[in-house]
Amino acid sequence: MEEVPHDCPGADSAQAGRGASCQGCPNQRLCASGAGATPDTAIEEIKEKMKTVKHKILVLSGKGGVGKSTFSAHLAHGLAEDENTQIALLDIDICGPSIPKIMGLEGEQVHQSGSGWSPVYVEDNLGVMSVGFLLSSPDDAVIWRGPKKNGMIKQFLRDVDWGEVDYLIVDTPPGTSDEHLSVVRYLATAHIDGAVIITTPQEVSLQDVRKEINFCRKKESQIFPPTTGGAELMCQDLEVPLLGRVPLDPLIGKNCDKGQSFFIDAPDSPATLAYRSIIQRIQEFCNLHQSKEENLISS
Amino acid sequence: MEAAAEPGNLAGVRHIILVLSGKGGVGKSTISTELALALRHAGKKVGILDVDLCGPSIPRMLGAQGRAVHQCDRGWAPVFLDREQSISLMSVGFLLEKPDEAVVWRGPKKNALIKQFVSDVAWGELDYLVVDTPPGTSDEHMATIEALRPYQPLGALVVTTPQAVSVGDVRRELTFCRKTGLRVMGIVENMSGFTCPHCTECTSVFSRGGGEELAQLAGVPFLGADMAPPPPLCPAGSVPLDPALMRTLEEGHDFIQEFPGSPAFAALTSIAQKILDATPACLP
Repeated sequence: MEEVPHDCPGADSAQAGRGASCQGCPNQRLCASGAGATPDTAIEEIKEKMKTVKHKILVLSGKGGVGKSTFSAHLAHGLAEDENTQIALLDIDICGPSIPKIMGLEGEQVHQSGSGWSPVYVEDNLGVMSVGFLLSSPDDAVIWRGPKKNGMIKQFLRDVDWGEVDYLIVDTPPGTSDEHLSVVRYLATAHIDGAVIITTPQEVSLQDVRKEINFCRKKESQIFPPTTGGAELMCQDLEVPLLGRVPLDPLIGKNCDKGQSFFIDAPDSPATLAYRSIIQRIQEFCNLHQSKEENLISS
Repeated sequence: MEAAAEPGNLAGVRHIILVLSGKGGVGKSTISTELALALRHAGKKVGILDVDLCGPSIPRMLGAQGRAVHQCDRGWAPVFLDREQSISLMSVGFLLEKPDEAVVWRGPKKNALIKQFVSDVAWGELDYLVVDTPPGTSDEHMATIEALRPYQPLGALVVTTPQAVSVGDVRRELTFCRKTGLRVMGIVENMSGFTCPHCTECTSVFSRGGGEELAQLAGVPFLGADMAPPPPLCPAGSVPLDPALMRTLEEGHDFIQEFPGSPAFAALTSIAQKILDATPACLP
């Protein structure tokens, strides 16, 4: 069997069109001709833009429907409870943008100003951006191939006027594809603190998550570990710490549907307590990271 | 044009059904698997094409992980799951050297493999080919529809959970179906509720009402809607959360064969029956 999948080296890499993995790709000739070799100026522009963003966290899962958007939204809510902390929530799920609904922002539109696109604010210190805000109807389908999706992600990172931000949380679609490659590529020079990986206990989820962990390792993303149970053994095997386990609570679904923070409706739920503990560990990790960086700079 | 003139490896496939959802994790692979098993138990020859390249779930659900794909004179032989060869499967899962290796491909390479899956797999004679898709409305979906269009798929089953968050994504998928000319055969609402095995009270773990709302929006049947009343208080016309179903999927067993008394059995077999009823008769 000759068709063994390998990664795309990237249209602008030295290996573009020439690598073993390029065999059979319809773009091979184009890449080999050097068409993709012009450096993308956006990477520098994004690096500049991200200077005002202290911590960047990706929320990933190979698997769909495990609760990435639910978790991203509640991570944002939890961090934003401190009024002195500025939070940005970026939804790069172009085909299935759930964040507007979960944050109670359905129907909101994005406004342009001289300094770029304005995020939609849930609270004074919590701003949100999603392709959902650019669609005029809830029935509009975004039927885009990879390059167009990548272009949108580039714009989100380069053209949104986030201002001074303590935490940028990036909610991603399931899988290991264009969106993931793009966001990691565009943010690579701006430094990503880490990735939180979400799973459910089922093996069908764990098997996709193992792939996601391997994706992170390949892209040298620091990994915050999977958050829901059944993953303990996997975490041990892959030497990734388990941040916590979130139990099912019917109120989570209800609140997401209403666009409210579940923490407010069910402050004593075991799920709330689990989320809060996970959020605290993420904050500790980010602060530790930050002081390590500062030590490096000052030494 | 050439494809229509030369049906090739899909010549013996009578009916093609796609299983779609805008939303991830609603149970597309589960429904694809159980539909295929139910159709097979109804005496049909079924193939499953898994075009979820990043997260191929079906091999595990059918206990077929680690099987190899072999070449035959007409192309790739699908993996047969039984001695009678009444159920077969093709998935990128079989092509990976290491099961934990991530398939990190951009659109063009994904499109190329999907085209190969459609044209180079020697399916042989099949009553139904069930095509499981990843979530979204992107490269894989466009490639699949383009490649299958000459063979006139019967239509699509669109899967949702009861939550509004799911409906929000899935209504966009309905637009995708409309724009690509794919007929929606019906809406399946999965994870409808959990019936406690001790007290039979039904809990709506993932909210209520999504399936019906979508069916109304789309003007299509809500599959299973005229089923016999399910366990007390659980909404009709939907597939409930069923621990036995989840276990068989983990272990790669045949739920339809092993758990005929289980909560999800009636809904799943009802969906399969609806598909059989909606299938036009073929000339012999």
